[in-house]
Amino acid sequence: MSKYVPIPSNRMLLERDVGKEPVLETHHLGIDFGGLTAVDDFELTIGKTEIAGLIGPNGAGKTTVFNLLTKVYHPTRGTILLNGKETTGMDTAAINRAGIARTFQNIRLFGAQTVEDNVKIGLHMHMKTNIWSDIFRLPSYWREEKKAQETALELLSIFDMQDLAKHQAGSLPYGAQRRLEIVRALATKPCLLLLDEPAAGMNPSETAELMDIIRKIRDDFHIAVLLIEHDMNLVMGICEGIVVLNYGKIIAKGTPEEIQSNPVVIEAYLGKKEEA
Amino acid sequence: MTFLNYLINGISLGSVYAIIALGYTMVYGIAKMLNFAHGDVIMVGAYISFIITSKMGLPAIVSVLAAVVVCTLLGIFIERLAYKPLRNATSLAVLITAIGVSYFLQNSALLIWGSDPKSFNSIVDFDSIKLFDGQLVITAEAIVTVCACIIIMIALTIFTGHTKMGKAMRAVSEDKGAAQLMGINVNSTISMTFAIGSALAAIAGVLLCSAYPTLLPTTGSMPGIKAFTAAVFGGIGSIPGAMIGGILLGVIEVFASAYISDKLSNAIVFGVLIIVLLVKPTGLLGRKINEKV
Repeated sequence: MSKYVPIPSNRMLLERDVGKEPVLETHHLGIDFGGLTAVDDFELTIGKTEIAGLIGPNGAGKTTVFNLLTKVYHPTRGTILLNGKETTGMDTAAINRAGIARTFQNIRLFGAQTVEDNVKIGLHMHMKTNIWSDIFRLPSYWREEKKAQETALELLSIFDMQDLAKHQAGSLPYGAQRRLEIVRALATKPCLLLLDEPAAGMNPSETAELMDIIRKIRDDFHIAVLLIEHDMNLVMGICEGIVVLNYGKIIAKGTPEEIQSNPVVIEAYLGKKEEA
Repeated sequence: MTFLNYLINGISLGSVYAIIALGYTMVYGIAKMLNFAHGDVIMVGAYISFIITSKMGLPAIVSVLAAVVVCTLLGIFIERLAYKPLRNATSLAVLITAIGVSYFLQNSALLIWGSDPKSFNSIVDFDSIKLFDGQLVITAEAIVTVCACIIIMIALTIFTGHTKMGKAMRAVSEDKGAAQLMGINVNSTISMTFAIGSALAAIAGVLLCSAYPTLLPTTGSMPGIKAFTAAVFGGIGSIPGAMIGGILLGVIEVFASAYISDKLSNAIVFGVLIIVLLVKPTGLLGRKINEKV
């Protein structure tokens, strides 16, 4: 018998992976900055191995939602459940170890370090080493280092970037830096990957390639992806469920088809039709 | 031959500056703050060592270890108590707090150990090496200081380049937020940095007082400022920069006082700093900081 999981449209979707619980659930999530409510009553459910989209006009609060999910901001209200577990009290680093990884709208790589080291930093936090074996280069250090090296190259090969491993991250072209951010996030072994405008600055053919890669990541790593994107071809092309945010509130949820024909969404994006 | 003698003295003094400068530079690189209390941690280290060797009569190595342990804990304690609550405050607030901690340590030392100078017994007890019929004298302290400096440099390079914690430190120094999102615990990384910096300060304190044996509650402040200068000179935030800056500064200071004027040596040292910063504002090995537009 096939299993179903809820998607942002609150309908059920055929689950590709085993397991009943959604990877992420938020209930009444909200944050105020002073008197300003930036996000309010944010309800979202993401199934395991689902690709979900978060869209909305500029300033709608999309990145704020990412910051709430990763505890860069602490929510004023509401709860976040990651794999069914409450995340109250966790800080950003703990959230990452619990399974959420993200990329940034403005690239934030460790620019002075090599491509390989950027990926390895992600890997290292999930590796067992002790400081003495590291300093004295005991066999266990070399074993771990070799494993990290192999894993790093393997991850880089997703984007065909293994040849760039020894380059300085900050010297890579823009598109490659964006891809490296995704690789670095994957290195922390997430179960939910948050992508903040992954296609920003990419041309249509690069975007098409990125869409294939996001699908491939989902299939190979069996993880869920939540992405913020302004490129509607990408969002409509790969997302199974979409949430539309405006002024910090969810104005629509649904499948790409439902969102495209939703009058509220069209109004939010294009403005109200003038009475003739 | 006197030239060589001066050079060796300069390198030895410079090595002490370098070890202190490493503490400044690492803390600056990771916590983006100037820890002006760092010089006074040196003084605490020297007092601890003094008490254990002179008052309790225990061997020198025990005193060094005790000084390292006490200063490491002191460093972590200072960071937790004074700087951590100001993590998101303006840098000026943190700077003033650091100056406050500095005075607090000096006056605590005055209260505990009194204002009379203590005569520090060198922790090194083998003889100086005399070469060329006694024309070239290499003191035992100089040998130990330079060796300690080299060992520390190698250990730190391996630590920052190859250990998990070292890599985490480099990541935090580049982008605290992104590092957190890679699962790096920023608080423990900063604590670790203060611990390492303060441990090095303890070693520097013992070495400094072995070479210049007058111990006062203000002993740490001038070397602290010189080492800070050395860190800026080499490019603050850069570990090899602190090393090179420290040694150059020591050599310049000794040469200036030997060949130009004893009284003007400090003025010359800081004058050189001003010239270097005018020509290369990021210091010798400092990375260029791109202004955000």
